Amino acid sequence: MASFLPALPKRLHGPSVWALYAIGFVPAASAFYLGATGQLPGNAVKEFEHLLGLWALRFLVATLAITPVRDLFGLNWLRYRRALGLLAFYYVLMHFLAYMLLDQMLRFPSIVADIARRPFITIGMAAFLLLIPLALTSNNWSIRKLGQRWNKLHRLVYLIAAAGALHFAMSVKVVGPEQMLYIALVALLLAWRPIRTPFLRWRRQRSGVARPSPATEKAAG
Amino acid sequence: AAALEAVSSSYKVDEALTPEEDVTSYNNFYEFGTGKADPAARSGGFKPTPWTVKVDGLVGKPREFGLQELLRFPLEERVYRMRCVEAWSMVIPWIGFPLASLLDKVEPLGSAKYVAFETVVRPEEMPGQSGLFQPLPWPYREGLRLDEARHPLTILAVGLYGKTLPNQNGAPIRLVVPWKYGFKGIKSIVRISLTETTPPCTWNLAAPNEYGFYANVNPAVDHPRWSQATENRIGEGGFFGSNRRDTLPFNGYADEVASLYTGMDLTVHF
Repeated sequence: MASFLPALPKRLHGPSVWALYAIGFVPAASAFYLGATGQLPGNAVKEFEHLLGLWALRFLVATLAITPVRDLFGLNWLRYRRALGLLAFYYVLMHFLAYMLLDQMLRFPSIVADIARRPFITIGMAAFLLLIPLALTSNNWSIRKLGQRWNKLHRLVYLIAAAGALHFAMSVKVVGPEQMLYIALVALLLAWRPIRTPFLRWRRQRSGVARPSPATEKAAG
Repeated sequence: AAALEAVSSSYKVDEALTPEEDVTSYNNFYEFGTGKADPAARSGGFKPTPWTVKVDGLVGKPREFGLQELLRFPLEERVYRMRCVEAWSMVIPWIGFPLASLLDKVEPLGSAKYVAFETVVRPEEMPGQSGLFQPLPWPYREGLRLDEARHPLTILAVGLYGKTLPNQNGAPIRLVVPWKYGFKGIKSIVRISLTETTPPCTWNLAAPNEYGFYANVNPAVDHPRWSQATENRIGEGGFFGSNRRDTLPFNGYADEVASLYTGMDLTVHF
């Protein structure tokens, strides 16, 4: 399928990924600056914590959206997937650190009680732990080394995204449109996985043009 | 908000006041939206005057009170701690009068055991009450036991920081019960009814395992989803100034109110 956007010149592919990293950290950096200088209104620590969590979820959704966007719209943004996934991990890490250091101020008894007794925190913490092996293997060396096992391991991202959306919905007093939006997005992206192969086969047959099957395409991390 | 005269009272917490800016910009008032900034941002179209509060139910003299009459009660300034069920807190200089003085005027009957309160319903002025997504059923309702309602700490507030109440804080008249979680402090009250049975309370009905009828501030009874042992004082310390402090039983008013609950298991009646 022809892309409806002009193609990015190849020499800009690398720099555009670094630009994504740079832009990706802007929300955290600006909120940290505002918070540290006392310019975040109200409950500064909570605002910061929530902002980090929300951006983590956004980057997770963006990571999962790369494949359907290519399948449906012919936009190949696979080169950004690793950066988006790692940004999601860094935001979850910062979200966790903000909770530990700024919110709880390392009051370990209350942190342990939170993790053990509060399902939404248990779920969030589990998602964070599951993200660590994914972040550690988000490099070319690991992809080569692990082969097919890498693909298997990185399927965990679906579970992590579901846990993230659930964690968000369970953390609020009333589940509102914002929580529903992320639950719906993650549900759609999860649903795409089983639909994808039959959909691509159906489209290939319909157009009568031979395309490489998705299974033979190389994962790009 | 217009200037409002009030005499000083002995009910003054000896702690730093939460800045007016925070008191009037960080609010839970779902009638204007569920975000903390929504009430300040979206309450501009709300008209707190004219206003009447209907007082009825098990009383000898049911009647309506106009706002002007309510403002003629002897107004006092009271500096109270305000502890939200979400584990944050403020210190607020309210202006108001004891609820008991209002109740005296309507002469509660001997059969009255509880006081029920209702917030106004005005979807055209309160954006959170219209549209596809409604976080709670309206009107917002709250209730107290009659002895809690008559306690000298319980006030109807008509102002804060020397001025009439801003819309986002519950203009023109709201309840303040400093030893209970903030959601008990029902805002923009239009009706007060005395009843024989426990009145329906909005959050209690929405999630009975999370929000009890009593909702007394209690560091020993956690909310199912978070600890109530500590609280964040709003507008203090920012990121690094240690602003998490221990929550006090009955929000620090145990000497005055603990006797109301003698013999009750507060982990059951939370």
